[in-house]
Amino acid sequence: MKKVLEVNHLKKYYHTKKEEILSLKDISFCVYEGEILSIVGPSGCGKSTILSILCNLIPLSDGAIYQDKNYKIAYMLQEDSLLPYLTVLENCFIGLKIENHLTEQNKEYVLSLLDLYGLSDFQNKYPNQLSGGMRQRVALIRTLAVKPDILLLDEAMSALDYQSKLKIEEDIYNIIKKEGKTAILVTHDIEEAISMSDRVIVLTNRPSSIKNIYPIELQEKNGPIKNRSDLNFSKYFNIIWGDFNEKI
Amino acid sequence: MKKYSLEHQYYLKKKKKENILVLFLQLLIILLFLIGWELLSQKNMINTFLYSSPSRIFDTLYHLILDGKLFPNLLITIYELLISFILSLGVGLMIAILLWNNSFLAKVVDPFLTILNSLPKVALGPLIIIWFGAGVNSIVFMSLLISIFVTIINIYYGFIHVPNNYITMITSFGAKKWQVFRYVIFPYNIKTIISTLKVNLSLNLIGLLPPVGEKIFFNKCYSRY
Repeated sequence: MKKVLEVNHLKKYYHTKKEEILSLKDISFCVYEGEILSIVGPSGCGKSTILSILCNLIPLSDGAIYQDKNYKIAYMLQEDSLLPYLTVLENCFIGLKIENHLTEQNKEYVLSLLDLYGLSDFQNKYPNQLSGGMRQRVALIRTLAVKPDILLLDEAMSALDYQSKLKIEEDIYNIIKKEGKTAILVTHDIEEAISMSDRVIVLTNRPSSIKNIYPIELQEKNGPIKNRSDLNFSKYFNIIWGDFNEKI
Repeated sequence: MKKYSLEHQYYLKKKKKENILVLFLQLLIILLFLIGWELLSQKNMINTFLYSSPSRIFDTLYHLILDGKLFPNLLITIYELLISFILSLGVGLMIAILLWNNSFLAKVVDPFLTILNSLPKVALGPLIIIWFGAGVNSIVFMSLLISIFVTIINIYYGFIHVPNNYITMITSFGAKKWQVFRYVIFPYNIKTIISTLKVNLSLNLIGLLPPVGEKIFFNKCYSRY
């Protein structure tokens, strides 16, 4: 399989007036084309920091990242961050506007995504008129609108109620697999990680390094909801839960 | 026309009734105030030399209109108001953008802004006459001085208090700094800017009126009457 991203000995310090905090001690992993890779770990261990660095939002302190330049990265955050003064449609166009790619063809693509996720009737509404699940779908469409090859999802489903969360997990899983995209999923939810991913990286407490990487081999991969009832699912859950609670 | 249910019709009727009542009461308060003022002055219960009376004011107004003096003077005041209002918005907004764009500069000038804002600008009247001469320029400058620092402080604080997640979102799409401003910072603060403008209008007027601007510098205005 083709390697699209490689992270080598990544290190990250945060600086405050009083101290220097080592957030990431030594992180190395690869991402292969078409896979969903999850990063799980105790809260505050620096999972989101990894994505912020990959997305060039913050600089790294040491180490290196090799990225295939033909692969475009897009980032989806925990908060939907829909701009309150723009309509649903305008919010979906924002990434395209920034990239100066708001062509008729791309507009059509966004409209087809809105249609696919049952949001066509809401395209002229404002974000405060939508439910949490709908808002997160709009955020997903906004991210997909720029046609990324690698999706970075930072706790993207964690603010939702259980039902909406499962539905969006299913949507995201299907779109990634159907369109052959690659995804890195950061989550604190072990079930979400196992049910969606091809591999799961478990991080240690801060300063974090990689504790284990598990390839997830289920009997049949049928999407996050059905995967939860797979025979191997609880086996992986117990192993990773064990990792979480083990003293380092 | 859209057909509404009886309940909705009742709701709309109630809303309309409420609005009419509010307007009626507001007018009533003004009327009662004027009548009370007039009565008190006619019965000599207040000193009309100090407090005047509605009938005297209307009388003066009537004569000013007849003499053709009111409107030329009023126009000058409106002109001064408009110039200082537009200048304080334009210059204030530009300085706020500059400070937002350069947080180091903002750190340096922050205490000076607070000090300048709390300075009693009227006390600078004589200096302003020396700088600009006794005329419209001085009045506009005084008016500008009174409102500009509030404009800068309000708009700048609006700019830096935009929730970070919006900025992260737009930056993750590769937005440059001007795009962050164009698509997030500015539109997010339209309401702040409008409310600053509302405050400015009254501040600018204070700058023009006695005993501040026109009384100090200039004899051609409506406030001298």
